[in-house]
Amino acid sequence: MNAWECMRSAIRALRANLLRSALTMLGIVIGVAAVIAMVAIGSGAQTQVADQIRSLGANLLLVQPGSSRDGAVRLGAGSRHSLTEDDAAAIAAEVPGVLTAAPTVAGNAHLVHGNLNWASLVGGITPDYLIARDWSVAKGRSFASEEIDTAAKVVVLGATTAEELFPNEEPLGQGVRIANVPFTVIGVLGEKGQAAASGRDQDDVALIPLTAAKLRVLGARSQVSRRAVDFIMVKATSTAEMAGVQQQIEQLLRQRHRLVPDADDDFQVREPAAAMEAQAAAARSLTLFLAAVASVSLVVGGISIMNIMLVSVTERTREIGLRQAVGAQRSDIRSQFLIEAVMLCLLGGFTGIALGIGAALAIAELLGWPIFVSPMAIVVAFGFAGAVGVFFGFYPAHKASQLDPIEALRFE
Amino acid sequence: MASSTVHALRGISLELHRGDFVAVVGPSGSGKSTLMHVLGLLDRPTEGSYYLAGQNVLELAPDQRAHVRNQQIGFVFQSFNLLARSTACENVELPLIYASVARRERRRRAEAALESVGLRDRRDHWPSQLSGGEQQRVAIARALVNDPLLILADEPTGAVDSHTSLEVLAHLQTLNAASRTIVLVTHDPTVARHAERVIVMSDGRAVREERVADRLDAGAAIAEAGHGGAKVRFPEAATT
Repeated sequence: MNAWECMRSAIRALRANLLRSALTMLGIVIGVAAVIAMVAIGSGAQTQVADQIRSLGANLLLVQPGSSRDGAVRLGAGSRHSLTEDDAAAIAAEVPGVLTAAPTVAGNAHLVHGNLNWASLVGGITPDYLIARDWSVAKGRSFASEEIDTAAKVVVLGATTAEELFPNEEPLGQGVRIANVPFTVIGVLGEKGQAAASGRDQDDVALIPLTAAKLRVLGARSQVSRRAVDFIMVKATSTAEMAGVQQQIEQLLRQRHRLVPDADDDFQVREPAAAMEAQAAAARSLTLFLAAVASVSLVVGGISIMNIMLVSVTERTREIGLRQAVGAQRSDIRSQFLIEAVMLCLLGGFTGIALGIGAALAIAELLGWPIFVSPMAIVVAFGFAGAVGVFFGFYPAHKASQLDPIEALRFE
Repeated sequence: MASSTVHALRGISLELHRGDFVAVVGPSGSGKSTLMHVLGLLDRPTEGSYYLAGQNVLELAPDQRAHVRNQQIGFVFQSFNLLARSTACENVELPLIYASVARRERRRRAEAALESVGLRDRRDHWPSQLSGGEQQRVAIARALVNDPLLILADEPTGAVDSHTSLEVLAHLQTLNAASRTIVLVTHDPTVARHAERVIVMSDGRAVREERVADRLDAGAAIAEAGHGGAKVRFPEAATT
């Protein structure tokens, strides 16, 4: 008896007891649907966090000035300008595992073009900033190093800023006044979307050379040093290097700032992605936990399949006896019942996948949660349903195949 | 606890030739069913030997015996044992499925077997739509579809009325006339008289074996009943 004949006979047997087959499948349907929906929600959350980390820039460390102290009054982080361009250069040069260190100043300024104006975040940067943040120039070009050196009046606009100031025009080559200083647009950045933590539109930005920002737009950051910067963005070469790099930056800066051993740091090194990573890890373990709970239902479903298959074998004892009398081998009987159980499970798996995707889509629609239905989860759930069928179908099928034909034929 | 071994069969020696029609009679408990199970390779005696077409079939493993049953033996049971959820034709096809015959060929042979029992036009009926006699004829078609050496009929007339049992016996006699070997197990001496040879069993032994002197012809009896017996006619609907 080939597999095709087994399948035909299985379909016939399942159709004969339609309601019973449907109820038997229910456990598998619910189990698979729950696994699919849970994994879809979990991976949706993970994908969202991963996207946010990516938009921030991978392997990024943020070095900020520390809090200042005026007698007993302690002011907030960044209230003091202890970091300089030279610190950035030293980090890039001396700390192993650092890809780039970008000194940056930032402030708000008004941008005007023609009769349109727009207040935006103005960043004074070096080309290293774009490398650190994995940010690309979509149109035009980035800054040349002589433009940094000469404090050239050129600007690279974020996508939102460009759209606000040049709704129907090509921005490249146009003039923009930033805090009343005329600049020329040389580039427009690619879109990056919302910032993860603050929800701020990262594309609402105008980038100008660091020198130009300090000299012409935002003013000097410190009365003490003309080379002071607001923060330094450091990009490590790999995730594995992050911890070591952070420690070495701290050592290097303490040394450069001549801090005595028991003095507080006058700077802080943060890993902006760390919180998000933690969130991702939490989402991941929650997904795993929910999927594990859901798969308990699969096992319960498998047990109910085994139960019904045992009933079915008993009910069809005479049929088994007859099949043996007309020449069915033990393997024929076994595959017949095994295929029946597996088909039941796969059918349930199929329905469950459809139901699970439906549930996930409904959740996405109603609650606005991000979902991601991974093909991998579908394949695994389907395979698992099949495996449940084989595992729980084997014993009843084996029992059927071991029946004595005479006893079976006599069975009432 | 006392236990005793029951010998359902003892000291039986039986030789069947191609084209034989043997009836096995005896009261219940005489061992006739056990004999049939042994002949049908469903059961295995503790001692003795059984050669089927020159092969010592008692040495075979269970799956090999299943294969011999499939190829050489056709069963007709008292309670028909048709699969309720399969059509007449699919029931007849069942042995061919286990013989791995291709679907088209299976269909062709099953229809031919149904034709030979006069049920070709009932091939797509479910067993529940057939009368007892028709069901037993489907079972006979199933028994002969694989062209077996031996047809074993266990009380084939036990569950049908007397007229239908004549029909069933007529079919068995027709098969025998086409030189099929048939073993008919029955408790009814009249039914046994349709065979050529009768083996009377008692207490596990064959106590008597004799040729049937006044053999009954079921086909002739049906024809006679058709002429002489009561007959119900359904008038055709009047047309104007």
